Amino acid sequence: MPTFVYMTRCDGCGQCVDICPSDIMHIDKTLRRAYNIEPNMCWECYSCVKACPHHAIDVRGYADFAPLGHSVRVHRDEEKGTIAWRIKFRNGKKDFDLLAPITTKPWGTCIPQLANEAAPADSMRDTQLLYNEPKYVAMNDNALMTLESNGLEIKEGVYY
Amino acid sequence: MFNTNPFDAVTALISTDIQQGYIILMAILVFVGTVLDMMHKKSAKYFALDTEKNNKNAKRSVGTGEKAGIAIAVVANEILTSAEFCNTKRRISHMLTMYGFILFVASTATMIFGWSTDALVANLWHTGALMLCLGGYWFWFFIRVDVNSEGVKWYQLRRADIFIVSLLTTATFALIWSYLQSSGAGAVADMGWTTLFFALFILSNTVLFSTVMWSKFAHMFFKPAAAFQKRVAHADGGNLNLPADYDLSDPAVHARYPDVPMYMGKNPPNMGAGIRREPANHY
Repeated sequence: MPTFVYMTRCDGCGQCVDICPSDIMHIDKTLRRAYNIEPNMCWECYSCVKACPHHAIDVRGYADFAPLGHSVRVHRDEEKGTIAWRIKFRNGKKDFDLLAPITTKPWGTCIPQLANEAAPADSMRDTQLLYNEPKYVAMNDNALMTLESNGLEIKEGVYY
Repeated sequence: MFNTNPFDAVTALISTDIQQGYIILMAILVFVGTVLDMMHKKSAKYFALDTEKNNKNAKRSVGTGEKAGIAIAVVANEILTSAEFCNTKRRISHMLTMYGFILFVASTATMIFGWSTDALVANLWHTGALMLCLGGYWFWFFIRVDVNSEGVKWYQLRRADIFIVSLLTTATFALIWSYLQSSGAGAVADMGWTTLFFALFILSNTVLFSTVMWSKFAHMFFKPAAAFQKRVAHADGGNLNLPADYDLSDPAVHARYPDVPMYMGKNPPNMGAGIRREPANHY
């Protein structure tokens, strides 16, 4: 369900352009309003829908999801920590309201205290693994799964 | 410079009648441009359709008294203090430009129609032009949409820039012209630098008021109407088809959406400004 912009509500602030991970939200050069330049390439993450301070971005549904045509409106309230969705069918009879928490901790209370961590030793710096990675990656009888142990070597481009 | 009416010297070359006629012509151009803009963009038609749609979604009717209250709120918030802007810098810049423009236009009309010859009016004219320059250049160099969001160079001009460029050049040329005149660079009739900047001032002023159809000049007329419509939609429960604004401490909300109290408790704390805590500035 790619996104689209209501031109009359958009004020061209550029929040959606900044947040779009796919870089497909752009500002129209003539009207200075945002628009989705490539709906087919939309990742449907809805970051832009949630970030838009004017609720100017809506979601275009597929026929199986919304056979009658619809409007999907989203309101992300960061101070309350909730996100509310409203899906309204074209005939006005089907009308869903959804509400969910977007976080369980107030903003700024879960910042990792990296300054308190011990500096990595040289052996850790020289390894092919990233910081903390051995704790979380699959180990094979305590042997690390590396390119070398698998008989591979790094080549230019992406081969493996 | 600040206490002198710069239009006094112009009277030697251009009669007061022509000056007053020019002001009236500009007012007519704004009116015609706004009407053409509404017809071209079908904004009035869209506005009526949107109002009709919002009325259908309304959960209750808003009385005349409440509508008057909403109108007062629109004047106090959206019009006088530009409260719809989420970005504080943009809001301040907009207010400097808006009040600068009002001061500049009102004092120009006052001086040309001879309603007052006080030095105060000349002072207001210069103050308005300075405010326009301050807010306008701030907007032009640091806030303009493409520059902030898409890393476009500040000097790339597009049709969308007609309004801000003609506004800025009008105020800038007006100040330079007034300065040259007061520093004794010659009257308009001398055909020197003063004349050149007077001509540039009139040219950019004419562009500003004659391009309403293609610029965003008309926003000052329909923005308050849109703000009023938005507030009415919120008051009557239609809320522009947005989800309801839930009270998270309400047991009925907890019963309907059990995820919320499960993860956030019965009285969820204020979660802070989130991603809005700082302006996005990726370029």
